[in-house]
Amino acid sequence: MKKLFLFLPLALFLSISILLYRGLFLDPNRLPSALIGMPFPHFTLPSLDSPSDILSSADVKGRPALVNVWATWCQSCRQEHLMLNKLADQGVVIYGVNYKDVRANAQHLLRTLRNPYRLNIEDASGTLGLDLGVYGAPETFFIDAQGIIREKYVGVIDERVWQEKLAPIYEMLLREVTQ
Amino acid sequence: MIPELGLFALILALCLAFVQASIPLVGAWRDDWRWMMLARPAAWGQFMFLVFSFTCLAHAFLTDDFTVAYVAQNSNSMLPWYYKFSAIWGAHEGSMLLWVLILAGWTFAVSLGARQLPETMLARVLSVMGIISTGFLLFLIGTSNPFTRILENIPADGHDLNPLLQDIGLIVHPPMLYMGYVGFSVAFAFAIAALLDGKLDAAWARWSRPWTTVAWSFLGIGIALGSWWAYAELGWGSWWFWDPVENASFMPWLVGAALIHSLAATEKRGVFKSWTVLLAIATFSLSLLGTFLVRSGVLTSVHAFATDPSRGVFVLVFMLTVVGGSLTLFALRATAVKSQASFGIWSRETLLLVNNLLLSVAAAMILLGTLYPLILDALTGAKLSVGPPYFNAMFVPLMALLMAASAVGMLTRWRDTPTRWLGRMLAPVLAVSLLVALTVATQHDRSNWAVAGVCLLATWIMLAGLRDIFDKTRHKGLFKGLPALSRSYWGMHLAHLGFAVCALGAVLTTVGSVEREQRMTPGTSIKLGAYNFAFNGVTQLQGPNYIGDRGSVRVMKDGHEVAMLHPEKRVYPVQQAIMTEAAIQGGFTRDLFVALGEPLADDAWAVRLQIKPFVRLIWLGATMMALGGLLAATDRRYRARKIEPTLNAGIIE
Repeated sequence: MKKLFLFLPLALFLSISILLYRGLFLDPNRLPSALIGMPFPHFTLPSLDSPSDILSSADVKGRPALVNVWATWCQSCRQEHLMLNKLADQGVVIYGVNYKDVRANAQHLLRTLRNPYRLNIEDASGTLGLDLGVYGAPETFFIDAQGIIREKYVGVIDERVWQEKLAPIYEMLLREVTQ
Repeated sequence: MIPELGLFALILALCLAFVQASIPLVGAWRDDWRWMMLARPAAWGQFMFLVFSFTCLAHAFLTDDFTVAYVAQNSNSMLPWYYKFSAIWGAHEGSMLLWVLILAGWTFAVSLGARQLPETMLARVLSVMGIISTGFLLFLIGTSNPFTRILENIPADGHDLNPLLQDIGLIVHPPMLYMGYVGFSVAFAFAIAALLDGKLDAAWARWSRPWTTVAWSFLGIGIALGSWWAYAELGWGSWWFWDPVENASFMPWLVGAALIHSLAATEKRGVFKSWTVLLAIATFSLSLLGTFLVRSGVLTSVHAFATDPSRGVFVLVFMLTVVGGSLTLFALRATAVKSQASFGIWSRETLLLVNNLLLSVAAAMILLGTLYPLILDALTGAKLSVGPPYFNAMFVPLMALLMAASAVGMLTRWRDTPTRWLGRMLAPVLAVSLLVALTVATQHDRSNWAVAGVCLLATWIMLAGLRDIFDKTRHKGLFKGLPALSRSYWGMHLAHLGFAVCALGAVLTTVGSVEREQRMTPGTSIKLGAYNFAFNGVTQLQGPNYIGDRGSVRVMKDGHEVAMLHPEKRVYPVQQAIMTEAAIQGGFTRDLFVALGEPLADDAWAVRLQIKPFVRLIWLGATMMALGGLLAATDRRYRARKIEPTLNAGIIE
């Protein structure tokens, strides 16, 4: 009987192996199906630009938009920031979710690098992020005029990604409104 | 022609590895010395062919042979020659070739250096290493051949090496890391050979000790270089990210450290025999796991290398065979019976056990944190990442306990230590350490319990070490006694001192760093801490394979110029990549760190300024630990040509 616990390391290793095997075929960039076609989660959170104002899910409805989850501690977000500025200049509507961040840092960054966001939701405790299933920043959600999540992109949006993948989606959402 | 020869040499090496893996093992089982004798020449031949193959790839890189796909993807004619050479291990295929080359190198070294081993033991050790080599060569030739040619549309120039990897640290970082990873295969092979032999005595522990220590030292240097590279090259002044790839190299290092200590107890006192074998298996398994995590892309991280499920499946199957097989062997052969040797509460054995426990728990916590996103994803489909807060909350207290225990461990004796004597030795050490901590806590204007705590613990280790050295030389007197102390003893103290220094650096930097990101126009200046940073604008820059902007920042303190810093923002046209080259003025007490952010309107730039106190202590400490290990491994007793059968083994068996 006492020898049985010598098999413990083997059992532990085998269970880890099964997980690793499953992990090989999971795509980390795949959208969790649960969120497609669902309305953008309800929230009531302060605005980053003027913390006395309270934003809610009604504020992000009405027109197709990108909801970009970002933070100052996220290095890739900084890289993405310039691209977002460019998109904002082109008239793309972008809302920001400032995720688990320090208010002063975030405001400072927006002052130095310019602010591409129409609205910025301050999600200091990460509750909205939790509802959105955010597992890292940057993440960008595409919502239509009714506020339904239609697509999600994980990772940095750069020129190539935008041209090849995301611009068609955004244009499709715009067309839906005019039809 | 030459790349084909390289591939042919790889295939020949695989054949020899297969011979080395099978025939001597059967020979050891049948007790046929002629079969066993094959191990050595097979290992030598394999090493020779792999050196040849590696040279062929190096030739392809240095002569810009862009008909080879791997060269075309990772090099460029404009690249300086040293980066062309280091580009060999800049991506997946080449780094796997380096992996097997280093494994063959270790095997070669064991076959030469372990002449005092019994023939059956050596045959088994070399066979086990042959099995590992066979697996990796199959992997290399089957899924990641670096010599594949491009037959049509041969590119005129290469796609260039990833600019992130164009750094001096990255030339040395992977070879060092692999020396460590692969070096643990020696300890693993010894453990498996001992299990196959059925004799888990102190002898195998003595044989594998120097090899394990050397591998651990190399891994330590590799990790330190990686951390330095992240600090200087990723451009954000952070020295550790708890990134999955970093964790993958850190776990074997931690368990390897536990193994080194446990081997000491097994060799000297014959205790923890099964545990030590298990640690040896675990250390190498974690090295394999590290390879799997990095090579399969199963965890997304800033490193993101090859993402290819077929490669992942191969490494996983291989891991299942090697680790699963060895753990099964362990379960069948290891004895669950308690060691006969008894030891008291305040014995060195107990303290080594505490060390092992803390290090293994720390490694397990990191493993859990690294795999947790994967576990959750596999079970529920939810996605999340485990951030630095988890790792810091787990790791820091464990290391604090380890520091507290290690000072006691240095002073205790085998079997038992008189409590009174121990108290007499440690009481003054504790008193002085408390005094130092108290002084720091009150002196420092921004007093902080973490700073006081780490000062207490670091002083505790340093003074306990000194106390021990004085105690060891008290009979002969300090001047006569010091040279008589052995290298392994000095190595032990150097490594422990390094541990204290490293911890000191980590805490002081984390607590004391100040940073600011600021929009700066030429001519403006900013005060940060005691320093004044004046931005003088940027000039154009033309490098061998990049263009860019070079800023200049004058740093003043009390009206004197301290440094003129030139951070760069480079554009590598071939890969369309932008790189931030931070400018760092290093010093023992603080680093001044300036990085260029993004260009803004009106000649202004976003500039990131940082003052990082004592950050160099981290790498200094890590280097001291590695040097301590190397010093200990060159101790005279390991160099003896013939090792006497140990007395302990006889008594305990």
